[in-house]
Formats: sequence, structure tokens, C-alpha cells
Amino acid sequence: MTAALEIRDLRKSFGALAVTRDVNLVLERGARHALIGPNGAGKTTLVNLITGVLQPSAGHVLLEGQDITRLLQAARTRRGIARTFQINQLFRGLTVLENVYLAVAEREGVCNHLWRPVGAERAVIEEALAHLDALRLADDALKLVRELPYGRLRLVEIAIALALRPKVLLLDEPAAGVPSSESHLILDVIAGLDPDIAILIIEHDMDVVFRVAKYITVLVQGAVLTDGTPAEIVADERVRAVYLGEEVHHE
Amino acid sequence: MASTAADPHARARAYLATRHHWHWAEALPWLIAIAAFFAFPDRMTFGTQVLVMVLFALSLDLILGYAGIVTLGQAAFFGLGAYTVGLLSVRAGYGEPITGLFAAAAVAAAVGFLTGLVLLRYRGLTLLVLTLSTTILLQEVGNLFKDITGGYDGIPGITIWPLLGLFDYDLYNHTNYTYCLVVLAVLFYVVRRIVYSSFGEALAGIRENVNRMHAVGSPVRWRLVIVYTISAAIAGVSGALFTQTSAYVTLGVFDFDRSAGVMTILILGGTGRLYGAFAGGVIYMLLEDSLSKLSPEFWQFGIGLVLVLVVLFARRGLFGLAQDLGDRLRRKPA
Repeated sequence: MTAALEIRDLRKSFGALAVTRDVNLVLERGARHALIGPNGAGKTTLVNLITGVLQPSAGHVLLEGQDITRLLQAARTRRGIARTFQINQLFRGLTVLENVYLAVAEREGVCNHLWRPVGAERAVIEEALAHLDALRLADDALKLVRELPYGRLRLVEIAIALALRPKVLLLDEPAAGVPSSESHLILDVIAGLDPDIAILIIEHDMDVVFRVAKYITVLVQGAVLTDGTPAEIVADERVRAVYLGEEVHHE
Repeated sequence: MASTAADPHARARAYLATRHHWHWAEALPWLIAIAAFFAFPDRMTFGTQVLVMVLFALSLDLILGYAGIVTLGQAAFFGLGAYTVGLLSVRAGYGEPITGLFAAAAVAAAVGFLTGLVLLRYRGLTLLVLTLSTTILLQEVGNLFKDITGGYDGIPGITIWPLLGLFDYDLYNHTNYTYCLVVLAVLFYVVRRIVYSSFGEALAGIRENVNRMHAVGSPVRWRLVIVYTISAAIAGVSGALFTQTSAYVTLGVFDFDRSAGVMTILILGGTGRLYGAFAGGVIYMLLEDSLSKLSPEFWQFGIGLVLVLVVLFARRGLFGLAQDLGDRLRRKPA
């Protein structure tokens, strides 16, 4: 069976600086894959290469076996790659409901309607509400995004990504900056996601990584240092060395 | 609060389902416009100018206020519309007003579409300069073909046929005022439909966060080109009305002052709120009219002063300020 997402010899250089070096990565359908590494390892760059924000200098990105390396970001999204951003990228002046409405509406091609009022798109509105329900955001549906506390904003990020009904979901530090009293909610959401979606999660918090991931890739200075199951990664001396002082000594 | 917390779904559904419904207050500007017709029958020439400016400002609001396209080149489309009608009349001997509007819209839309394909790759300051230069280029092309366009002296002898073959133009411009008000109403309805559609929602998304729009799979540039084309067509119609109602056009229609003036109108009135164009247009024209009588040379100082005050104390424009005051008054008794 073809992998949901495959990255082959992906390389990205800015001038003489190589930020991604011959990275290979395979996400099977339903994968729960974590990408870890110290700051500046090029994790977010890799997400940007996969989603098409950046064009690679060499290598290929394949979605379900099809080469999408040359496709623009929006086209890749329409084919089933969704992401959340490390730094919130939301429609701050719109309501939470409208944020999710837009994702559903763009997916369904409804935004080509110039004459039909939003209020007449009943099915889209209902689906947007269902997504809000799933993330317990329904009470905030009519609040403007800029009025919400940070933890809730992280949930809106995820709600938008899920509203795209992705085959591959890239979560860029979904719980970063969220107080632990609220982060369990985000973790519960991730744990409860459709088992068919292939997920790549970037995370610094090892608690989160070990709870979510079944497989881990360690990225250092743009290259894959090693990969393996959580148990293998924990046992790896090189990973410990990279994370000197950071807590990887988990069961 | 108890009732609102009861069913967030119903509230959320109702919000989207009803926000495009007409509010009674939306009748006010139209009633005022009709009242003005009867109250100031001898000032209809001025009234006509105001309506033309409001329509022009509305065309800018669609792209600036809703899609967040910052442009200083809206006069290009106004000028194209104005010249389409002028040249049709003088060079082709065709003066039928309503088909003239369609011709003006088509020409402006075509240029809007073609320039939009290229220009809308850019944003911010780059776009500002590019739109401005496009307008200057058009103006200079007009100057190059002076024998056709009449240059800065204008084309004399524009004749517009009676409206619908029935209503001829009177000295006090009563026909013109009514004509412009009807055209404004029709195009306002079109803009309002677009703004409350899913396409309009996508425009708001582009304005609020273009990165996120790419990341939800929106064909951003395509959407921008479409709305830019529509806006150009509306600006073209306003230019056509300008020529038809003044029976006169010079290359001055492409002046930077016009692009900047219409931007000022929106800042005064408030962007992205449909009726901001009305409030801003009326106030701007009244200020210009009264201040230039007071001091023909320094009237712009007065406009500048009001602009500074609005930017400092009423960031959402005078229409926004009025809304805020209305909200506060309504809250007080409770």
C-alpha cells in the first residue's frame, strides 16, 4: 500500500546554509509520528516544505504516491494536507464560527458563490458547528478570535485543520505555550482523532510526544539523526547527548 | 445571560442565517437621499456629484475594506469609464446613457482583470506604488493621443441622449440626480450581496490572514482578481456617470487627487462597512463645497484637519463612531 505521505531526499538551502539535508520520511495511513529535535533543527522548515510554503532545492514530496513537489500550497491543501501553525494563524477579526466556516466552505468550493448569502449555506454552517462541538468550542462560536484566551486559540487552530478533512495532518507544537491545566484538553483531542488520518506532530514537550507518537524521527541541524519507536529513541545515547539537560528519560 | 448560554448552536446558526437580512436603519441613507431631492431642488447638481462620489467610494470599499487591497489607482477605472462614455459620444456619435454604462463597466473591468492578474501578486507598499503608476501610465497614454482624448483641455461637445428616450436633462439636474440614485441603489445591492456571500467571507479571510487562507486551500489570487475586476467595473460606472452628468471630461479624471480623495472618503466614513462610503462621501463633498467657498485656495487644510481628528479619535471612521455611540446609548437604559 502506498504511504499517505512520503518525503524523498528533501533538501532546502538558503544560499550556503543548508537547513534541510536529504531528509527521508514515510507516514503510513493512520501514522502517529513525532518529529523532535533541538531548536533550529529545521522542524518547522520541514513542515513548510511539505505544505508548499517553501519550495525545496531538491527532492520530492509524495501524497498517496503522487508527486506534489511542484504544487502550490493551496493545491496541496485541497488534496488533503492540513496543518496547524506554531504561531497562531487565525482570522482575528472574525468570529470563531466564521474561522471554521471558511475552512469548510473553501474545502467544499462554496466560496465561489458570489450571490448566495452565507446564511443560505446550511450544510456548511452545520458542519462548522459540529467541528466546534468536537473541540468544545461551541460556547465561543460567536466570539471574535482576538477576544479568546490563548489556550482556546490553539483549539481553533486544530478545528480549522480538521475542518479540511485532511488525509495528512501536520501539528506544529499544538500545545506550545498552553498552561498544563488546559493542555490535557488538546491532548485528548489529538488522542481522539480519526485513526485513518496520518499525523506528524512536532513537539518539544516529551510528555506529549510519548503520549501521542508511536514512532519518532529526531532531526538535528536539518538532517535525520535517527528514528525509531519511543523506547528505542529513549535508549539512544546520541539523542540524550543532543538533548543534554532536557528530559528524555521517560518510561 | 442565562438565555444566551442556553443554546449556543441556535444563536450561532441564527447569527449567520440572519446577518444579511435588511436592518430598518439601512433605509435611512436612501430616505435622506430622497428627502434631499425635495428639500434642495436647486442643489441637485451638487447632489449628483455626491452620488457619483459615493458610488466611486463604494467600489473602493469592496476591495479595500473587504479584501484588504490597498490601492492608490482606483482613479484609473473611474477615468476609463469616464472616457468610454465621452469617446463613444464624440467619436462614434453614440450617446445612449444606459448602454453607455455597460460599455464603461466592460472596459474598466477588462483593464481591471488584466492589470489585476499582474499587480495582485504584490501587497502593501509595492502594490500601492504599482497601482499608482498604472494610473499615471494611463493618463500619459491619454496625453499621447491628445487629438482623440482632448488632453487636459477635455473633449467638448459630449451629447447624452435622453434617458430611456423619455427624460431629457434639465437645467437643475433633477433627472441626473434621480438617474444616479437609481444606478447607485442597483450597484449597492450587488455589492451588498457579494459582501454577505461566501465569496465575501473568503475576502474577509484574505484581509484578516492571507497565510491562513493559503493553508485552507483558498485560491487567493484568483479571488482577488475577481473582486478587483468587479470593483473596477463599478468604478467605471461611476466615471461614466460623471461624464454623462457633467457632459464633460478631461484627463484630470486620472489625477492622483481623485484616488487619494476617494481613499480619504473611506477613512472618514469607515472602511469595510458598506455605508461608510455614504457617510464619508457626503461629509467630504460638503466640506469641500463649504470650505472652498470660504477659502478657494486652502480648503484642503480643513479636510486634512478633519482627517487627522478622525484617524486619532475615531479609527473606525465617522460611521463607526456613530455605531459606537448608538450602542452606548442603547446600553445605558439597561
